[in-house]
Amino acid sequence: MLERIFSRYPVDRTSLVMILQDVQTEFGYLPTDALKEVSARLQIPAAQVYSVATFYNVLSLVPRGRNLVRVCMGTACHVRQAPLILETVKRELDIEPGDTTVDGEFTFQSVGCVGACAIGPVVEVNDIHHGHMNVNKMKKLLDKLEQSAKDEGQS
Amino acid sequence: MIERIPTAKALVEIREKVSVTHPSMRKSVTVCGGTGCQAAGCKEVADKVREELKAQGLASEFKLVVTGCHGFCEQGPIVVVRPSNVFYPKVKIRNVKKIIERTVAAGEIIDELLYKEPVSGDRIAHEQDIPFYARQHRLVFAHNGYIDPTDITDYLSIGGYAAIEKALFKMKPDEIIEEVTRSGLRGRGGGGFLTGRKWRSCLDALGERKFVICNADEGDPGAFMDRSLLEGNPHAVIEGMLIGARAVGSKEGIVYVRHEYPLAVERLIDALDEARHAGLLGDDILGSDFSFDIRISRGGGAFVCGESTALMASLEGRSGEPRAKYVHTVEHGLFDFPTTLNNVETWANVPEIIENGADKFASVGTEQSKGTKIFSLVGKINNTGLVEVPMGISVRDIVYEIGGGIPKGKKFKAVQTGGPSGGCIPQSMLDLQVDFQKLTEVGSMMGSGGMIVMDEDTCMVDVARYFIHFLKEESCGKCVPCREGLKTALDTLDRITQGKGEMKDIEILEELGEWMSTSSLCALGGSAANPVLSTILHFRDEYEAHIVERRCPGGICVELITYSIDPELCDGCHACVKVCPKDVIAGDKKQTHTIDTTGCIKCGACLSACTRDAISRK
Repeated sequence: MLERIFSRYPVDRTSLVMILQDVQTEFGYLPTDALKEVSARLQIPAAQVYSVATFYNVLSLVPRGRNLVRVCMGTACHVRQAPLILETVKRELDIEPGDTTVDGEFTFQSVGCVGACAIGPVVEVNDIHHGHMNVNKMKKLLDKLEQSAKDEGQS
Repeated sequence: MIERIPTAKALVEIREKVSVTHPSMRKSVTVCGGTGCQAAGCKEVADKVREELKAQGLASEFKLVVTGCHGFCEQGPIVVVRPSNVFYPKVKIRNVKKIIERTVAAGEIIDELLYKEPVSGDRIAHEQDIPFYARQHRLVFAHNGYIDPTDITDYLSIGGYAAIEKALFKMKPDEIIEEVTRSGLRGRGGGGFLTGRKWRSCLDALGERKFVICNADEGDPGAFMDRSLLEGNPHAVIEGMLIGARAVGSKEGIVYVRHEYPLAVERLIDALDEARHAGLLGDDILGSDFSFDIRISRGGGAFVCGESTALMASLEGRSGEPRAKYVHTVEHGLFDFPTTLNNVETWANVPEIIENGADKFASVGTEQSKGTKIFSLVGKINNTGLVEVPMGISVRDIVYEIGGGIPKGKKFKAVQTGGPSGGCIPQSMLDLQVDFQKLTEVGSMMGSGGMIVMDEDTCMVDVARYFIHFLKEESCGKCVPCREGLKTALDTLDRITQGKGEMKDIEILEELGEWMSTSSLCALGGSAANPVLSTILHFRDEYEAHIVERRCPGGICVELITYSIDPELCDGCHACVKVCPKDVIAGDKKQTHTIDTTGCIKCGACLSACTRDAISRK
């Protein structure tokens, strides 16, 4: 099932991290079967594939929510009150960074730095940057996402 | 795309043909497409510019150029009309029509849309007259504002790929290295090692294969210059790598770039394709005997992979764990072959050195640090963005002349440089000349060039705790001093910031720092204590206030502060009342409000809602 991904790279261990990234993009996480297939195809022991899969931040062994909320905790964002924004997301979604809400709607992460320091504090929602955030803007953004999730559920 | 360029002569001919009009002099409307401007909505602005140019019949005369980052991210979306360089910041879609009608078509300047200098309040019309730009010395970043990063002809028209042509046909590998060594270029990624010396060792090393790597795993929180270079001028990096490969005798290049930088990856892929198509990568480049190609590897989001040996481990399909440094990567690097690894900004400096000579490059800067450095000037500063300055400029000039000082008239407290491996420069050292030596002397370092400005509302103990927390998360866990040292340091700092610290904790932190710096395996652990040691050195009083008085002078540490409303400033607008999630703010409309601190969870909602700065944390 991963042929399309394998075809993009030389099939050897140098491609492991990128292949896993693409598997993650395809499925939203790294399913066990996919890891086994990667291991067999690249001829890397499954234990080593697992070691790599759990080492890198962008890779996840559990399914992610439909919305990915990433709060940047870079230094520039930190001094501009990013911790208050992180707390707000924690409180509103009632989960810890790294977790996914029970309804599978949101995955919440704190990230080292997204490299958009000049417009900090930054929150990245589904790969779109939101700059100059504050506590109230964050709440509104989450409300909007929750609302559109509800609307979709109804339609 | 341009067709394969078979010889050096053909390259010269193409360049002559495309450089009739220098991109800075052509009739164009440039819209900054950097990440900051994208978040501010530049894509829509660019679409509107395209639409209006067409509607007003100007599309054939004026080219729309979506460029890389201009650096002045605070002011995005930025539109500059060229060649007059009339600069419009924070452009709204509704104003685009007016700009095209009046400035582009009629050459007028629209006063009310111009940049307003925050101190004097003067309107400034031209990009080059804005203090933020006027005081910079742009070498690497010079072309970012007007070339189209997706078009190789733009790069050719500014003299692009002339340096590799010179390196291939007029210089021997030895001479290239000699030139780079004489220029005094030092690694811009953190270590500051002499680039020429690194190349020499790699040239001398024996190996069937040799690798040239560009480290674009820009992980230092607070730094984004590498991202902007890759997004805005990818061919400069490619050309630098070509020259390096020629010098050390490599055929294989790799760019290891952060997965979190999708635009940089996209621009790089396109640029590599274009260069390959033009025969500037591949076999027998420009008809010479030199063959070289570059592939991209996307990083997995681990800070430690910015360390060269961890990066190579990652490229080999393993976890990014560093190894001991006594085995040099220039001799035994990727797959045990000799490897030259430099950072993005270092590579981007190389074409300039080869084309215009080491002497010209070395004429800028200080005795031990030559050339310019790009800093990301961020945090509590008016003009945030990327600034390229000559080495040796004072911190004061960067913060006040270029950066425009601290917002809201707050007091300057410190500048943090060098990322998590660096330290803080306090007010008393504002006149420090910024170069590799001077920064190290005061307990900080150059690092990759993050410069985070902190004002009086910043807690320096919290800053130290922040970095240690970051490093604890990012430590690969291979060696004990780093893994356990960071954990203990974080526990200690947690206690202090929670008001549970003791005076002996300061000594523990100092001792721990000493121990980690002498016994860790790689630079991550070796320099991890710097943020703690430097804040203890310069802001010991803040540590003592937390420990002795159970007070946070910066008003940050949640356990030690309470929120209150200044009755003098509060106008009873009710904004805070509406947003308080715990309903603990009382007061009728137009009456002074008060906070019941017993139920307050210190979430900061009132703080960001208040328009009169009436809420304080002490």
